[in-house]
Amino acid sequence: MFEAVAFYLFAFLTISMFYIAVTTSQALYALSALAAGMIFISAFFFILGADFLGAVQIVVYSGAVMALYAFGMMFFDTTRDVKEKQGNKAIVIGLSVISAVLVVLIVSAPIIGSNIEAFYPVTEGAGNVQEVGMVLFTKYLVPFEVAAVMLLVAMIAGIVLAGKKMDLSLTLMNEQEILEMREESKSKKVLP
Amino acid sequence: MEIGLNHYLVLSTILFAIGLVGVMRRKNLLMLFFATEILLNSVNISFAAISHYYGDLTGQMFAFFVIAIAASEVAVGLGLLIVWHKKHNNIDLDSMSTMRG
Repeated sequence: MFEAVAFYLFAFLTISMFYIAVTTSQALYALSALAAGMIFISAFFFILGADFLGAVQIVVYSGAVMALYAFGMMFFDTTRDVKEKQGNKAIVIGLSVISAVLVVLIVSAPIIGSNIEAFYPVTEGAGNVQEVGMVLFTKYLVPFEVAAVMLLVAMIAGIVLAGKKMDLSLTLMNEQEILEMREESKSKKVLP
Repeated sequence: MEIGLNHYLVLSTILFAIGLVGVMRRKNLLMLFFATEILLNSVNISFAAISHYYGDLTGQMFAFFVIAIAASEVAVGLGLLIVWHKKHNNIDLDSMSTMRG
């Protein structure tokens, strides 16, 4: 009973938050709604007994990713309304629902079709964090290391890309200087 | 009422559809990134649910790697967006059609 109430409550909250994040024209509203939705999603992980995954979801998404977006938005003009594509809404929504159903069917068809056996079964008497540690550092050690290298590469790429011309500030420069800087960078052809 | 695997899969489908609507109707690249986060999160829910209902930890492991990939995607993507915004003063998709040929 408790599980059902929690599931429906958080399902409603998550769907409404993500709906706001997708439809609003204010970038700040979208950011806050997305952060709230991420926290509500971690509730599902706690209901499902994946405690460590829920904690990681809160720390990584609401902490790191949202803070990164918030810092990134300081560079952009977020006060003006976001323009949107003018398209046929019925086609867009219909295509989205059809493709989402297709994805879930493709993923879940082999599970429903055959009675699968657990590849790495849950150990009796061990907490979720213990189990995750045991599987992650034995069976998934190589992917774990590769993911660590990938995060390092992403960090270096972020520093190199965003750190260019950090000594220049668009808000402190006047129009003439900004135009000169843009012309100069266009002639260099580093990025198109 | 018992909550089964199908409930979670339906919820995941709904969230995935919301994310896809976002990807299709947004023009601003920052909003497009938000929509991709929604897509990744909806898949994470179904991974965790399948992991729980089959007593298997593989789903949770995949969810961890999806989270790691999402974090690195945000880092690189925001770096590229900042570079683009400094050069062109907007982050609309329409301004990025220079490779049309």
